[in-house]
This record gives sequence, structure tokens and C-alpha cells, in this order.
Amino acid sequence: MLQIGTQAPGFSLNTTPDQKIALSQLKGKRVILAFYPADWSPVCGDQMALYNEMLKIFHKHNAELLGISVDSNWCHMAFSKDRNLHFPLLADFEPKGAVAKLYDVYDDNEGQCKRALYVIDEAGVIRWNYLSPVGINPGADGILEALDEMNKK
Amino acid sequence: MSKLKPPVNNTDHVQGNIGAAIELVEYGDYQCPHCGHAYPIIKNIQKNLGSKLKFIFRNFPLAEAHPNATNAAVAAEAAALQGKFWEMHDIIFENQEHLGDNHLIKYAARIGLDIEKFKADFETPAMMEKVENDFESGVTSGVNGTPSFFINGTKYNGSWEEDDLLHYLEAFKK
Repeated sequence: MLQIGTQAPGFSLNTTPDQKIALSQLKGKRVILAFYPADWSPVCGDQMALYNEMLKIFHKHNAELLGISVDSNWCHMAFSKDRNLHFPLLADFEPKGAVAKLYDVYDDNEGQCKRALYVIDEAGVIRWNYLSPVGINPGADGILEALDEMNKK
Repeated sequence: MSKLKPPVNNTDHVQGNIGAAIELVEYGDYQCPHCGHAYPIIKNIQKNLGSKLKFIFRNFPLAEAHPNATNAAVAAEAAALQGKFWEMHDIIFENQEHLGDNHLIKYAARIGLDIEKFKADFETPAMMEKVENDFESGVTSGVNGTPSFFINGTKYNGSWEEDDLLHYLEAFKK
């Protein structure tokens, strides 16, 4: 994974067929990047469902959450609608996994993102990272601890 | 290893012997089918371990997935103000398929709550705050889905089918 203290690489990905989100748009906010293997798979579903309930808590910490997988826009839209998700899912779809590769969390064997988390500060610097075993929902305690730590500084 | 934060305290609902050697905390969602599955398992384990066990329930409603979960949690907290948290907790899990507000009021009546007081308490922000505080303590403690269990303050990641959980808990029996 990319080192803590380094600048988070910029990217711009589609969240819907006609809307892109660039990391640079979120300067001044903290950003939580949640790379995950796939829409619809059971663990990812649980993980995204959990984060979906936590948006209020993340916002209290001035943090925005972005989910990223190699699924397409249309797949993300259907998944998002089905689960009532209220945060953007980004499609790292073409070229496939390019952003995941940039963040060193691409699984070449499976052709999907690893289950990995980054917390980026207001200036775009990586402040925390975590690589979870692919079958385990990492929860959010690590993210919250990282955000709390950042509040102290 | 994820730790329970904050530890069990006087804002919690505790069932069983306060001084028991084994402390089992569940983070649960009243509309979650897995929690519904866990409900009779916990009952049996409580019966089995008797005074060796205290059981604590904290709210962890996944409201977007389970639209009635939050109100059910608030209803149980409102019942607690009349000393009937566990009665409400039980009747809700026993009727998990029907958790609309009208059902919750019906259950409140069935367990003998003062309905006017229940309705008023249900609307007070303090009840929702209690539920939200439980949820926040859960995510801070590493809860990643429901039900999640903590045994003597440490997250339990093993199987919670009855034999497995009982066997694991028995090791804490002094």
C-alpha cells in the first residue's frame, strides 16, 4: 500500500454514467477511500451497508466516503439503489483497476480491487491505511481511530 | 483484538446476575434476520449458564437496510423508562416480521406499558440519542455487522450457533 505521509495520487472516476468525481474536488475535506472487490458479493454488501449508516459520523469528522471497485457505472447504480446507499461508488472500470493499481491495492489474480482502506487529510496527504483479508469486513473502528487521531493534531 | 468501548456501564440494559463472571454483550438490530436467529440461542444459553452469565443488549440498527429497525430500538428504550426493556426486546424479536409503528404500540400494550407515556417517551430525542450512542460505541468497538458479540470486553469472532458459543463461554466460568 502507499505509505502514510505521502501525497494521495489524483484521480477522476465516474460515479454515474454522466458524472465524475475527482479527488481534487474534495480538497479541504478528509476523504475515506474504501476499495472493495465487487458489488453484490456478501461481505462487500455488509461493509458498504455499515458505512452507509455511518455517513453522519464521518461528516462530523469532515470526512467524505468514496467506495471504489472495478464494477461499471450501471452496476454501481443498481447496487446503490438496491441498498439505499447515500455515498458515491466509483467505477474503476476503464482502464480496469487503474486507480487501484495507483494505490497499490489491485489483485492481479482476481482482476479486482483488494479490500483496502485509506484515510486522506484535508491537504490530500495519506494519514492511514489498512489492507483487510479479502473475506473479512474490516468494520470502521480503524477509520474512526484515524479520524480521531487527526482531530488531536 | 477489538475491545468494547465504552465498557458496560449504568446506561446499559443488563439481564442476569450483575456480578456474573461471564459478560456477554450483543450489538443487535431488531429487524435483522440473523439477530432473530440468535435470539432463542441467547435465551437457551442464559438458561444454561444461569447466574454465571450477564447479558447486555446494545442497539445497532442498520436503518437503510432495515427501515423499521431504528424505531423498534427506540421503542425498546422507551419501554425501559417503564422498567420493561427486556419485555419489549423479547416481544419485538418474537414478532420480527411485523415492526411497523402500529405494531410497536400494540406490543407496548401487550406487555402492559402505559401507552400514553410510551408514545410520549418514544418521541423524546433522548431515546434516539441512546440508540445513536449505542451505534457509535459499536462502530468504535469494531462491530462490522449484526449480531456482533463481545465476551468479557473482547470481540468474539467465532460461530455463535448454540453449541459453539456455549462451549466458548463455559471456559470463562470460574
